[in-house]
Amino acid sequence: MIIGYYPGCSLSGGGIELDLSVKALVGVAGVTLREIDDWNCCGASAAHSTNHDLSVALPYRVLSLAEEQGLEQVVAPCAACFSRLKGTHLRLERSDELARKMADIVGRSYNRTVRVLSLTDFVRLLLAGGLADKLTHKLTGLKVAAYYGCLLSRLPQCTVAEDDIEDAERPTSMDAAIRATGAEPIEWNFATECCGGGLSLSKTDAVVRLSGAILADAKDAGAAAVVTGCPMCHSNLDMRQGAIHAAGLGGSPDALPILYLSELLGLAAGVPPEQLGLNRHFTDAMRLTRGAADEARSAPAAAGGGGS
Amino acid sequence: MARVGVFICHCGENIARTVDCPSLAAAAARLDGVVHAADYKYMCSDPGQTMVREAIVKHQLTGVVVAACSPRMHERTFRSAAAAAGLNPYLLEMANIREHCSWVHSDKAAATAKALDLLRMMVEKVRRNRALTPIRVPVEPTAMVIGGGIAGIQAALDIAAGGKKVVLVDRSPSIGGHMARLSETFPTLDCSQCILTPRMVEAATHPNITLMTYSEVDAVDGFVGNFEVTIRRKARYVDPAVCTGCGECWAKCPQKKIASEFDAGLGLRAAIYRPFPQAVPNKPVIDAAHCIRLTRGKGCELCRKACPRDAIHFDDADAIQKVKVGAIVLATGFDLWDHAAYGEYGGGRLTDVINGFQFERLASASGPTGGEIRRPSDGQTPKTIVFVQCCGSRDEKQGLPYCSKICCMYTAKHAMLYRHKVHDGRAVVFYMDIRSAGKGYDEFVRRAIEADGAQYVRGRVSRIYRRHDGKLIVRGADTLAGEAVTVEADLVVLADAVRPRAGARPLAQMLGVGSDANGFYSEAHPKLRPVETAAAGVFLAGACQAPKDIPDTVASASACAAKVLGLFAAPQLEREPIVARVNRELCAHCRACIKGCPYGAIEDFEVKDRKGNLVKVVASVNEGLCQGCGTCAAICRSNSIDLDGFTDEQIFAQIATME
Repeated sequence: MIIGYYPGCSLSGGGIELDLSVKALVGVAGVTLREIDDWNCCGASAAHSTNHDLSVALPYRVLSLAEEQGLEQVVAPCAACFSRLKGTHLRLERSDELARKMADIVGRSYNRTVRVLSLTDFVRLLLAGGLADKLTHKLTGLKVAAYYGCLLSRLPQCTVAEDDIEDAERPTSMDAAIRATGAEPIEWNFATECCGGGLSLSKTDAVVRLSGAILADAKDAGAAAVVTGCPMCHSNLDMRQGAIHAAGLGGSPDALPILYLSELLGLAAGVPPEQLGLNRHFTDAMRLTRGAADEARSAPAAAGGGGS
Repeated sequence: MARVGVFICHCGENIARTVDCPSLAAAAARLDGVVHAADYKYMCSDPGQTMVREAIVKHQLTGVVVAACSPRMHERTFRSAAAAAGLNPYLLEMANIREHCSWVHSDKAAATAKALDLLRMMVEKVRRNRALTPIRVPVEPTAMVIGGGIAGIQAALDIAAGGKKVVLVDRSPSIGGHMARLSETFPTLDCSQCILTPRMVEAATHPNITLMTYSEVDAVDGFVGNFEVTIRRKARYVDPAVCTGCGECWAKCPQKKIASEFDAGLGLRAAIYRPFPQAVPNKPVIDAAHCIRLTRGKGCELCRKACPRDAIHFDDADAIQKVKVGAIVLATGFDLWDHAAYGEYGGGRLTDVINGFQFERLASASGPTGGEIRRPSDGQTPKTIVFVQCCGSRDEKQGLPYCSKICCMYTAKHAMLYRHKVHDGRAVVFYMDIRSAGKGYDEFVRRAIEADGAQYVRGRVSRIYRRHDGKLIVRGADTLAGEAVTVEADLVVLADAVRPRAGARPLAQMLGVGSDANGFYSEAHPKLRPVETAAAGVFLAGACQAPKDIPDTVASASACAAKVLGLFAAPQLEREPIVARVNRELCAHCRACIKGCPYGAIEDFEVKDRKGNLVKVVASVNEGLCQGCGTCAAICRSNSIDLDGFTDEQIFAQIATME
């Protein structure tokens, strides 16, 4: 199976672990990723807060290229890229007028045939295609908080429409994948809360407060790790964790590893952690690999006293 | 030679705004057979009707066309006027130039042309009308009331007080409905049970009322004045004639952990149970789904052994009973919407997030906590309760675009009752708007705020979750202060939207009653016929028609009783003579119409000569059963069935005259 690959900007920068782990996973699953040739910015943040047409035209060009290059399915592992691409595709499906306008602006045609996959869609596809049988290094006993943030649960038409199993207010699309690794998705309250997103640089204090509350609730619920599918969330929860703890937020001062869903699956598939990028995290994630199960089992007890 | 009079109504501006009525009248006057044409601002008013009556006499009219609103609105009005002037009322027809023309068009010239077309068609029809006489059918002066809540009880008592018989049917083991579950009632805070239970007893003991509890309507046949209702009397497994309600049985029943429907799941009951201590009848039934003996087919029988009267019989079965009634009152009430659909409010998983009925049971002296406000999870007295109004209501995403009407008031009442019972408790109410129109209602809400200190926050709640320490965190907006608010609560009460009862729709279909987009039963006219339905002889009481509080429910129930008593006032009922007629000369007796008739109104008829010898068998229409739908006329292969008032000749003439 060949699947189109849209890495976007993050996956070669701050979100490189996402890129590494997705590529490691397809290796295990026996799927070929083909990067869209000559791709451009998805239009997230900068474009869609500046100019509506631009924010549609940019992903339109990417979709058009993918179609031209014969890619029926494209995975955009970054949640923001996914939202832009899938949202644009849906808008174009609904409006012939918009499709004509975009064809005019971009100077390319798009017949609306590309299926855009999020990281969770993609993982589900791989699991169904045989990856589930290859997850032999079970992470039994590891309690994991599945964190969706905004863009993996919303817009509902992007995240729900696919197979109508998802409640945007209470998403569960990561649960089956987490269970496939032997880990246990926990019940917690902050799965769809805002991490602070793009305020990371401009209003760091807001990010520290919001992400701190997410970490605290995950620890209260007994999580030994948080799993995400968004480079922005990852950087706020992982990179800012020191600042959060320094501010007395985030519950207990124990470090809480923040993993991409693909990293978690990679671990369960027995991929060396360095190949997944686990050694590149700001908050120590390698400890999950050091007698993973044992340490994980003891983690909830250590994180008992939190709450801010 | 036909002499037709045409009367064109302006309906104030409603028609005249888009249809040029004077020129329409001038054009009408030139039509074949028309001898008089006039237009007037309000044709339905007294001067308008006088115009019609006088013209009938003066111009010796043989037919009248009134071009105005829908015949559903005023056909009866004008036909009465015609009759008063000595013209057979069925020689008057209405051309609908309002709903079918002026209201739906804006181009005046085109609308006027269309109005003339509609008018010309009716003139052609009226020229071919025959004088008809209403059909008289006997009336069975017994009413059936479906639903034994306060609406059904009130309707039944009022009809019974009028001297007519009533059969009161309820599908649960006791009458009383939702009102029996309430603690106190707004805006006077009188105890719900204290005002309801005497009426329940009265309904059970009234000589004119037959109570059929634990019974469901399986089928309805017939028509106004002559319904035949098939009732399924569910197996009770307890003989109510022998049982004294002593309670030995439910004391012995080993299945005691069943969530009580009456206590909204907060209390428990046994498999043999009466829903509540004041139930009417005060006799238990066995819940077959939970009874050990009935699910396994053997064993247990502890209740039977305990019964001092030998009233329990496990071989009991559903019994079918047919009842003849002349009128039916639907009083099926409402259910609460299930807030499990709101993932952001915990998706129904949070034990201490409850609905309005559950709070009623907590506040009720007969409830599972004896009237003490204790939260379900750990029985602690909540120090802070958040009440959330409009939970589901006015949310188009959930398919509930309407206001549930009662929640503003009962939430104020809940906040008040809580503050009366827990003096140091904090009551926070999130609301979109406060809709407290009603006698003494706004004063009541002000009292909750000012005297009882309920803290009202205008805004929506965005999330409710349970923190690890057990506190419910309620996050919302205070749109007046313009800020986000977070409340740490011990209990959350959601004012879930009011929905029609489960199973309301199939019942409506049995009766030919329509439902609106939200599933509530449709009244015949939202203003002028609020308790009647499109099905003659079927009336609507209470919240089955729309969300209603107790005063509105009782008012509509009494209105139903007035309508039923009016219907029963005459021994015979006049019916529209719009029925099918078989031409016996032509009928080939293929029986296609007999099979096709949806009302079973066509039967075989033996034509005999004077000596009594059978000449032939033909189809014959029972005028009492025929609803005039015209199915048989369309089916008939030899074209030997015609519908009075809508003959082929009339219809073809109407079509032929269209331009």
